[in-house]
Amino acid sequence: MMTTFIKAISATPGKPAGSSRATETAAKLIDTTTCIGCKACEVACQEWNNQQVTFGNFEGTYQTLPDLAHNFWNLIKFHETELDGQPLWLMSKYQCMHCVDPGCLKACPAPGAIVQYSNGIVDFNSDACIGCGYCMTGCPFDVPKLNPETKKVQKCTLCTDRVSVGLEPACIKACPTNCLSFGTREDLLRKAEDRVAVLKSDGFGTAGVYNPTGVGGTHVVYVLARADQPESYGLPKNPQIPWTVSIWKGPLKWLGNALLIGGILGTFLHYLRYGPQDPE
Amino acid sequence: MPLSRRSFLKGALTGGAVTTAFGFDVQPALAQSRELKIARTTETHSICPYCAVACSVIIHTMGDKAHNVTPTVVHVEGDPDSPINRGALCPKGITLRQFVVNDRRLTRPLYRAPGAKEWKVISWDEAIERMARLIKNTRDAGFEQKDGQGRLVNRLTNMAIIGGCTDTNEINYLLGKFRFALGVVAYENQARL
Repeated sequence: MMTTFIKAISATPGKPAGSSRATETAAKLIDTTTCIGCKACEVACQEWNNQQVTFGNFEGTYQTLPDLAHNFWNLIKFHETELDGQPLWLMSKYQCMHCVDPGCLKACPAPGAIVQYSNGIVDFNSDACIGCGYCMTGCPFDVPKLNPETKKVQKCTLCTDRVSVGLEPACIKACPTNCLSFGTREDLLRKAEDRVAVLKSDGFGTAGVYNPTGVGGTHVVYVLARADQPESYGLPKNPQIPWTVSIWKGPLKWLGNALLIGGILGTFLHYLRYGPQDPE
Repeated sequence: MPLSRRSFLKGALTGGAVTTAFGFDVQPALAQSRELKIARTTETHSICPYCAVACSVIIHTMGDKAHNVTPTVVHVEGDPDSPINRGALCPKGITLRQFVVNDRRLTRPLYRAPGAKEWKVISWDEAIERMARLIKNTRDAGFEQKDGQGRLVNRLTNMAIIGGCTDTNEINYLLGKFRFALGVVAYENQARL
């Protein structure tokens, strides 16, 4: 068993009771240099989460779907580029990044619909979700997707049901090339640095770790052979929580609160000063 | 209704106290971690039937094997103790649950007579009887005890045996015995890979 507490919770004032208690972190490392694009992680995710997806037509790519879907949380992106005139296939597993500072949680107006656990997992609670879709705006990675039937937004849970009882996520377990690893974030960041050092000594001077600081770091860390251009893997170069969400949930929120309380107070004082309206 | 300043203030303060105490202190119910769907399932170790790598799998079935339980497969995943795959599986192997729990799975022998369009359900007895008959006929027609130079060969060259990838070591052992008993020369299975 892995003890977890609630670290952050959406649209709820104050800090959750467990927010000051530290536990082991849970993270994924994706070494894109050893991914063979077998899609075992995609299938493992679908199997574990009892999900089925309808495929579209073949459009000249091996990629399963053009983008993530509300019932497809784990997608291998196939990017065809060139290296020294030779074709190069850049594959990257795309799913929720489980940001340390999650934009979805910040944007969510439904109390308890988005929860961040002390191990770093950001989970959506469908019972509390109101389907407004603000988390989709708040996410710099464009991960959460709305289910049009249930009007709930869904995404990867980092298999919190497995992780909380001490198992690794389904995708990590399935990976046949050891491209995916599971462990604490600290261990995996160290492992990623070691791998980058190996890649650099092998001649990949542009290798590096993708752990964007704009969202406080992520619990899904990548090793990229071309860390100078993460866009070629379909990853944003410098993801940030959109400024609209930051202002709306920051200064604007307090301004609105002040106006509301000021209005009530004003009415109250007006009544005290001038009394009730005389019908005559 | 006339309202004095004093009674208005009293009412406002009481109302405020009541809402503070009861109205605005609703902590949302803590989001429960999701339930593990294989928490108390029965684990059965097996081998993936798809290719000759023979990855080990754990099959999770409903219930605890109690007398009144009809188990069904709820989940299949790799066996971390296996030196072959150490828990990993390929995309095909991960879908093994759908291999077992599938309404298109063939569970009874079907027979399509030469020239017929339709498949006909037949009994196992009927199927085994017919296969044995055909094997016997073929063997009777093609068995060679001696070759052209009079050497003892005891061979059967008009028949071949192909083992499937789902076959375990034990099945392949029996298949080998069967092959030697018949004298079949052309024999192949995936155990050699």
